[in-house]
Parts: sequence; C-alpha cells; structure tokens
Amino acid sequence: MRTLLYILQKEFTQILRDKRMLGIILMVPILQMLILVYAANMDVKNVDFVVVDQDQSQSSRELINKFSGSPFFNCYGTTFREEEAEALLKNDKADMIIKIPSRFEETLVREGRASLQLIMNAINGTAAEISSGYAQNVIMDYNREIIAETYNLATTKNPGVIKMTNRYWYNDLLDYKHYMAPGILVILVTIIGMFLSGMNLVKEKEIGTTEQLNVTPIQKWQLIAGKLIPFWVIALFDLAFGLLIARIFFHLPIEGNLLVLFSYAAVYLVGVLGAGLLISTFANTQQQVLFIGFFFVMIFVLMGGIFTPVQSMPDWAQFVDKFNPVCYFMEVTRMVLLKGSGFADITKHFTFSLIFGFFMLTFSIVKYRKRA
Amino acid sequence: MLNKEDKSNAMNRFIGFVKKEFFHIIRDPRTLIIILGIPISQLLLFGFVISTEIKDAKIAVYDQSKDYMTTRIVNKLTSSGYFQLQENLESDHGVEAIFRKGEIKEVLVFEPDFAAKIERNGSANIQLLTDASDPNVARMVNMYTQNIINKFIQQERLGQEVPMQIDTSVKMYYNEETKSVFMFVPGLMAMIMMLVSALMSSISITKEKEMGTMEVLLVSPLKPIQIILGKVIPYLLIAFIDAIIIILMGNLVFQMPIYGSLTLLMSECFLFIFLALSLGILISTVAPNQLIAMFISMIGLMLPTMLLSGFIFPIESMPKVLQWFSCIMPARWFNEIVKNVMLKGVGLLFVWKQTIILLGMSALIVALSVKKFKIRLE
Repeated sequence: MRTLLYILQKEFTQILRDKRMLGIILMVPILQMLILVYAANMDVKNVDFVVVDQDQSQSSRELINKFSGSPFFNCYGTTFREEEAEALLKNDKADMIIKIPSRFEETLVREGRASLQLIMNAINGTAAEISSGYAQNVIMDYNREIIAETYNLATTKNPGVIKMTNRYWYNDLLDYKHYMAPGILVILVTIIGMFLSGMNLVKEKEIGTTEQLNVTPIQKWQLIAGKLIPFWVIALFDLAFGLLIARIFFHLPIEGNLLVLFSYAAVYLVGVLGAGLLISTFANTQQQVLFIGFFFVMIFVLMGGIFTPVQSMPDWAQFVDKFNPVCYFMEVTRMVLLKGSGFADITKHFTFSLIFGFFMLTFSIVKYRKRA
Repeated sequence: MLNKEDKSNAMNRFIGFVKKEFFHIIRDPRTLIIILGIPISQLLLFGFVISTEIKDAKIAVYDQSKDYMTTRIVNKLTSSGYFQLQENLESDHGVEAIFRKGEIKEVLVFEPDFAAKIERNGSANIQLLTDASDPNVARMVNMYTQNIINKFIQQERLGQEVPMQIDTSVKMYYNEETKSVFMFVPGLMAMIMMLVSALMSSISITKEKEMGTMEVLLVSPLKPIQIILGKVIPYLLIAFIDAIIIILMGNLVFQMPIYGSLTLLMSECFLFIFLALSLGILISTVAPNQLIAMFISMIGLMLPTMLLSGFIFPIESMPKVLQWFSCIMPARWFNEIVKNVMLKGVGLLFVWKQTIILLGMSALIVALSVKKFKIRLE
C-alpha cells in the first residue's frame, strides 16, 4: 500500500509539473463549455418567412399580422409573385413561404372552406418540422378566432372547443443550452479520462521508459493503479470545474443531488479508464491513441443521444445502446441535473456502469503485460 | 535531345515517388481503416441513427373523467403512431415521479366531467405537461398532440357543419421526407476531406521531419516542391475517393438526390481538397513534430469543421461571435455549395460567391506556406 502511495505521489508530481498538461486540464473544460455548448445549438427560432399574398384582403392581412406578432416568426417581406418568394427560399433568405391564394377570403366566407399553402425549406428537416408545426398552430388559432368573431360565439352553437394549456417541465423557456451542457459534460469526462490515461501510458512506451517500469519490483496492480488513479481524480475535478462554468455562464440548473452525480461519475470513470488502458495496449504511439479514441468516442457519443433522442433511433441502435456506457451517463447527467432524479431513479444505470467498469478493467488488466 | 531525356527521367522519378508514397499509405491496415472505415461508418451513423423523428413517444394519462370523449382522444393519439400509452395515473402527484424516471415524455391531464362539460358549455380543458429536458422533443411532442386533438375536434363537432374552415397544406421543399441525412452529407464530406487531406498529410510530412528522413529526401535529385507534391498527391486521390464514396452511398443508401451538375460538384470537391491540402502543408511547415501537427489540425481544423460549419448545428442559431468565426471556416462555404448544388440543383452562377471565397482562401494559404517553407532543416 505504501508503495502505491509513493507511485501516486510521483505520478501526480510528474503530471502537474508539465505546464501543457495543466493547460489541458484547465482549458479543455473552459473551451468545451463555452464554445461547444454555444455552438451546439439546435434551437429553432426567428424563422424568416415570405408571404405571397394574392388575396390582399382583410383576412389575409390579419393572418400575416398573427405570424409577425408571434415571437417565433419573422416577416422577411411580402410579394405577389410566387417566383420571387421561391427565389428567396433558394437564397436561404427565407425559411418558409406562406401562400395565400387569390379569393381566399371570399371562398372562406362563401363556401365555408378555403386553403392555404406553407412551403418549407426542409434541408434541415428537424427545423422544418418544428416551424411548420408552429405555423399550423398559428393558423388554427386564427381560424378559431374568426369563427368565434363571425358567429359571435353563442357557445351552444359551437360545441367541441377543447382548450389546451401547455406546460414545459424542467425547462420552461426551452433553453437548448440546458439540454446540451449535461451532454457536453459527459464528453468532457470521457475524453479527459480516456485520452489522458491512454496517452500517458503509451508515452512511456514511446520514450522507452516502460522497460524501466517493468524491471522495477512494483507489482502490476500497483503500477496500473498508480497510472490510473491520478486521471480518475483529474476527470472528477474537471467535471466539477465544468459544472461550475456552466452554472456561472448559463445558469445550468442543478436540481438533483450532486453526490448522486459524482458517485455515478466515479463508477463510470472506472470503465473509461479501463478503456484508456485497453487502447494503450493496442497502440504504439500517442497518435494512434488519439485516432482510435477519436473514432470510438465519436460513435459512442453520437449513438448515446448527445443531441437526438435515443427513442428516435432504429431498434438495432437502441439495442446497441443498451451496452453503451456513454448513453447511460448522458441520461444520468440530464436526469440528475435537470429533473432532480435520485439514486432510486438511476439504479438501472448504476448497475450497468458497475458491471461495465468491472469487466473493462479486468479485461484491460489481463491484456496489459508487465514483462520483466 | 539530352535535355528532353532528362525531363522524362525527372518525371519518371516523380511518378515513382508518388507511387511509393501511395503504397506506403495504403499498405498500413490502420490507415486504411481511417480512410475507408471512418467515412462509411460515420455516414451510416448519421444516416440511420441520428434522427429527431418522433415515434412511439411514451405518454401517460391522468384522466379525471374517464368518459367516452377522453377515451376517444387517447385512442386517436395512440393510433397515430407517434404515441404509446404507458401508464394511467390516478393522481397528479405521480407526474413528478414519472418524469424523473425519464421514460415518459408527456402527461395529458383531462379535467373532471370532460364530455359533459363539452356538451353543456361547449368547451373543456386538457393540460399537456411535457418533459422539456430535451426542448426539441418536447416541442414536437406537444405540437403533434395539439394537431391530433385539433383534427379530432374538427372531425367531431358533434355532427355540425364547420363554418369557415382553413385547410393548410405543407410542402417540404428540397427534402420532402425531412430526412436528417440530407443535412449531414455535405458536412460529412467536408469533415472527411479535412481529416484525410489536412490532418493525415500534415502528419505524414512532419513524420519525415521527426524521423530525420526528410534530409534523405532533400538530398535526392527530387526538387523540394516535388517532394511536397509527391507527399500530398496520394492524399488528394484518397480524399477524392472518399468524396465519391460518400456521394454514392448518400445517393444509393439514403436516396439523396444530385439535382445539380455532377461536374460542378466534383470540381468544388477538388477545390476544397486542394484547400485542405494546402492547409496541411502549412501546418507541417509550422509544427515541429507529429503530435503537435495533430493537435493543431484537430483543434484548429477538425473541431471547427464539425461544429462551426453548419454541418450539424445551424449557424443562424449560434451567438454572433461564433457566426463571425464560422466565416473563416472553409467548410462553411463548402457546405453551402454542396447543399445548393445537390439539393437545390443550382449552377455556378448561384454559388460563385462561395467558390470565390474558397479560391481566395486557397491562394492565401498556398502563398503563406510557400513563404514559410524552408528547404534546409536546422
């Protein structure tokens, strides 16, 4: 045990002495929280629309006002000519065209039914779906209003009005940063844990000091523990640091118990460090560690639902995600930070992480050879 | 006569060098995995896995009336394919606990005597509670529910003729089925070409420096410019092959159309690869060793290419500072070109601005790296 303490002391001194290492430990959380979170924004707002108003009636103007009045939409302009509007859509100047055909009002009053057309620039499919949904809601609201006005709503004559009130729980302003930041924290912890430990181990190989370590009387478990524990501590520190930045800069809510989050992270990191160790047994250079790590982390993170829900993935992907540690951690950070979930809600996640950590570490320790 | 023979000899030497470099790259299985495995796996991932489509979202119902009306509304929701009824709550205390577990996305609360109220007063209330920890999912779930219920009202109206009904038809231009993959293909091409052209080539040149074999090359009869060209030409080929793989797979697997001219698309790819390669050369003239070259290309090129080019996240949603920063990212302009040419079917007349920006950037970088390039090593 004393030997381990000495090794740890040596490793810590060696890591913290390196200015570049210190820079990485401090800069990576800052960069990730401040650039990644702000850049990774799938928020849909300020949708610019053009109106092709061929009707020029009171109704069409009222409807357009409804759209301009909504904080979600921005009127880019009105035109008579369809081609002009389509050119604007093509130019990316507008995201949506509202086409009001001529004699819209007349048909509406006379025949009791008239039609409108919405044309969306759907290259960004999600944004197009969301904004067309909003637009349809605006139109329906307007429709309800004019019916009420015209018929002066003798309520008995107009049965079947269902009023819907919406409440968005946990994020009532729908701030995308609050959704993204917990996910970025997961990437942060994973990258720091896996890359730093893997590269540190391979560096010894590269500069030939592994042999020196191998001939020392310290045992394999002591060597591995001495190499991994510092990065376990550093990654947990970075999690706290990242949380602090998120708290200060965009008021990330911390609804749950931080103890729950940190104990989960502590268990999760065992598996991640095991993965770092495993990669180091395959790779001969730090560059290879980076490449292999980058490749796998990217797949795990994207499949883990960093910005798209796991439930929307095809069944096979959801099955694969049952074995994806990043996916579990991503859920846990969001649940604990945003919803205040406790131990009882994440027992499934905990169990998986424990098993994963155990297997990953055992497997990589067996693979790691300390040759004398 | 002799002169001519010399020239053809030099040319042969150069071709031989390029061949050697090419085999050198593709003989290493790890490199092969990077240049072929990454594009294919990423495209499959982005095409199949990354999707925001709502299907079978789990909902719970707290129905305080349990009459024919509420039952029919719930049935409408569950038969739409978007929702799946997971639980019936008995009190509103359950809501909090249910959301915390994270499975259920929305809870519908029907007020007591729902049907009776509609018949008597003509209106009744539903509360839609959404788990908004994922804002976009919450938005969509909420919107779909509202649309389904609104349609239900319109159909029902208890047999009455509906006065003044506005029908809205929605047309999705350029991407009828709103597939996410259409948005990702251009960005993915940019990312892979950056990876192969800038990152791999800068590493391969610095490797020669680091191992000391650059000197061997420099004293060979090859001119320095030929050495550099010989080093990067294989990567140009590989990047081009990657671009073709992505376009072909996008077209065959995900039915992404190519409405514009293929020649134009390919020339733009070529321009972008050229730009990325010059960036790679520039990095290799600055970086003393492979690791630093790698860090510069990862942090300075790959990450911004992924995040700030509109590849995944729309540029308009970013804060202004990042929007300005995205203007100096070549990938941003390349993305615009590819999206416009492939999906909107426009010609060079439409994307000339972006093309000129890319040309200007390449010229600048080539000039910079020529200035920085040293024939002698310290």
